[in-house]
Amino acid sequence: MSDNTTTPAGQDYEPGTHPDLPPPFTASGPVKWVADNLFSSPANIIMTILAIFALYKIIPGFAAWAISDATFLAADRNECRELGTGACWAFIVQRWELFTYGFYPEAERWRVILTFVLLMVVIIGLLWENCPGRKHVLRFALIFPFLAFWLVMGGFGLERVTTDQFGGFMLTVIIGVVGISLSLPIGICLALGRQSNLPIIKYACIGFIEFIRGVPLITLLFVASTMLSYFLPPGTNFNLLLRVLIMVTLFASAYMAEVIRGGLQAIPKGQIEAADAMGLKYWAAMRLIVLPQALKISIPGIVNTFIGLYKDSTLVIIIGLLDPLGIGQASLADNKWQGLSTEVYLFVAIFFFISCFAMARYSLYLERKLDTGHKS
Amino acid sequence: MSEQTVDSYTAAAPQRNVVSRIWNDKQTRSVIVQIIALILLLLFFGSMVRNAIANLEALGKGFSFSFLSTASNYDINQKLGWEYDSRSPHIKATLVGISNTLLVAVSGIILSTVLGFILGVLRLSKNWLTNKLAHVYIEYVRNVPVLLHILLVHGILVHSLPAPRESKDLAETFFLNKRGLFLPTPETPFLGYAILLFFGLVLAGLVFSYFFKRWAQRIQDETGVGYPVFWINLFAYLVLPILVTVGFLLFVGWEQPELKGFNFRGGGVIRPEFMALWLALSFYTAAFIGEIVRAGITAVSKGQTEASLALGIPRGKTLSLVVIPQALRVIVPPLTSQYLNITKNSSLAIAIGYMDITATIGGISLNQTGREMECMIIVMALYLTFSLLISMFMNWYNSRIKLVER
Repeated sequence: MSDNTTTPAGQDYEPGTHPDLPPPFTASGPVKWVADNLFSSPANIIMTILAIFALYKIIPGFAAWAISDATFLAADRNECRELGTGACWAFIVQRWELFTYGFYPEAERWRVILTFVLLMVVIIGLLWENCPGRKHVLRFALIFPFLAFWLVMGGFGLERVTTDQFGGFMLTVIIGVVGISLSLPIGICLALGRQSNLPIIKYACIGFIEFIRGVPLITLLFVASTMLSYFLPPGTNFNLLLRVLIMVTLFASAYMAEVIRGGLQAIPKGQIEAADAMGLKYWAAMRLIVLPQALKISIPGIVNTFIGLYKDSTLVIIIGLLDPLGIGQASLADNKWQGLSTEVYLFVAIFFFISCFAMARYSLYLERKLDTGHKS
Repeated sequence: MSEQTVDSYTAAAPQRNVVSRIWNDKQTRSVIVQIIALILLLLFFGSMVRNAIANLEALGKGFSFSFLSTASNYDINQKLGWEYDSRSPHIKATLVGISNTLLVAVSGIILSTVLGFILGVLRLSKNWLTNKLAHVYIEYVRNVPVLLHILLVHGILVHSLPAPRESKDLAETFFLNKRGLFLPTPETPFLGYAILLFFGLVLAGLVFSYFFKRWAQRIQDETGVGYPVFWINLFAYLVLPILVTVGFLLFVGWEQPELKGFNFRGGGVIRPEFMALWLALSFYTAAFIGEIVRAGITAVSKGQTEASLALGIPRGKTLSLVVIPQALRVIVPPLTSQYLNITKNSSLAIAIGYMDITATIGGISLNQTGREMECMIIVMALYLTFSLLISMFMNWYNSRIKLVER
């Protein structure tokens, strides 16, 4: 019976055309894929050949320079030159501690490691919704900032470490984490202020946002390093790192405010009117109705601002803080290791690439997860 | 009806606290909140100004811009035609800095736009290999700080280029070495004439193209005969001026760069600092523009292209008359902020010693005179002006191309 429906009795097939046969070699599998994606038209063939030629020109040379001809262990630049013609990674192998901790005292480095591990625990707890014991981690996240401050700075039983000893990747992570966690709430407040009906608050917020967005971060850092003390009561003098953190946070929150404003503007007016009709006060309506939707829409922009802030933290080298780039530049001045800028910059670039790429991927995942399919 | 109930409610509760009654009235509350905000703002700025005055007095500095007319005592390596030396005043150093910033910003905007559109199109290409290559490039560039790109490109340029004596040359005319790319320039008066000629022709071309467009439109409306208006106009205001100017320059006297001692003399030079900053900024921003272009083109729904083809409009015209105008609407606003970013990021020039605004008035002048407040005010005001001008221009362009709704 079923035999009859698929192959009617008595029908003849040309050899190779029977419907139960697998598709021909050229119509499926890798051959078809290559034909479709790489050689479908003359222009396509030219592009493929050009791309393969470019890869051939770049990859073997770069791999030889970076790996096979490179030196990983050497005492100085001259020894590197004798050992291989490629990159000289020995410099980084020798100084990776400096790149990681800056001038943080060696005996106290366990504190930085501990803080970093705790930070990772908090981040995993915040980002991974089904992680075991999430409730406790979130409760711990509330006291983490104080704990981290105590661990990193010292005091109360631990040896004090001054901020000018901070440096390397540790400094980047500090600036990034503090800036990110403070700029989001400030940005939300600024965005709400900019949308407010109260003209004075509205124009104060607009003025602040547009001023910050109109000038480069580096001028704000110059202000922090050279003239912020003029605006404080005579005799006050506070820490350069703290001043930088304030400026970086303010800078990022102005951009954050614009991103969130975009989200707020996308919320239909009916939502606010419905909240009003339900008798919700302004803050309740914002907290329960408007902001959850607005923040969801603006996730890509928010993460982009985070990434921007994280990358911009490199600018602190211009006012003399020693982040990895600054450590690299300072060490390049060493006579033993001159001329290794490419290696140093590539090494730092890999660090930034990994952390920023991870952030971007998480934002993509979040976007997909929160997408309720309401978009047209 | 509802007002009545509210009134009767308040009337029935006269014993309620006056403060809470005032607080619960929306209008009064907004006035109170604003007055408090205003007072706090004024107090904040007032105390800042008072502190600044007190601090400046304590240092015996005062606040004045008169230092701008005193000698700067430093030299700038890229003068762009300004007559500047170390005896020139600070204000002139600022002007040189402004022109250097504008030069790198404008050339960066042009190069990054071109590269960005190419990247965006490659990202949409059906060819898997080029598509992935563009993607890898974009992901790498976007996730690494721009300062790192600038330092990396500068480092590679400085380390890989030869010393002046061993410079690479092209037909004994162009010389490339550690000090920069040396190239012949027209003799002194002719360069000025050439620039004048070029801009005069561009202006004339623009006037011509305005009238030609109107005329072609009228002819098309009356007879249905269409002219390739875009190409003719492009020829009139861009190609023709370039050809005439190049032709003019070919016939006038040229100054050759020549190796004298340890360096080249004569001719013009593009310095490695400028090249590094320009290339790094353009490569970096191009990655962002590429993604913007891709998003803009994918935002135009496929039905538009199909409808246009169904009407018998040829593929090229479909692209230029249907797809691109709609894509531009999506592309222009984020493109504006990228142009603003390139202008602001050019301030990173200070890291490699390119003398822009931040490095001249905000850097060396500031350190030499100790006038932090005045210098920073000037620098910030300049950047704010640039930002404002660029966004005004792009807003004007945006309003011109945007969808006219009923």
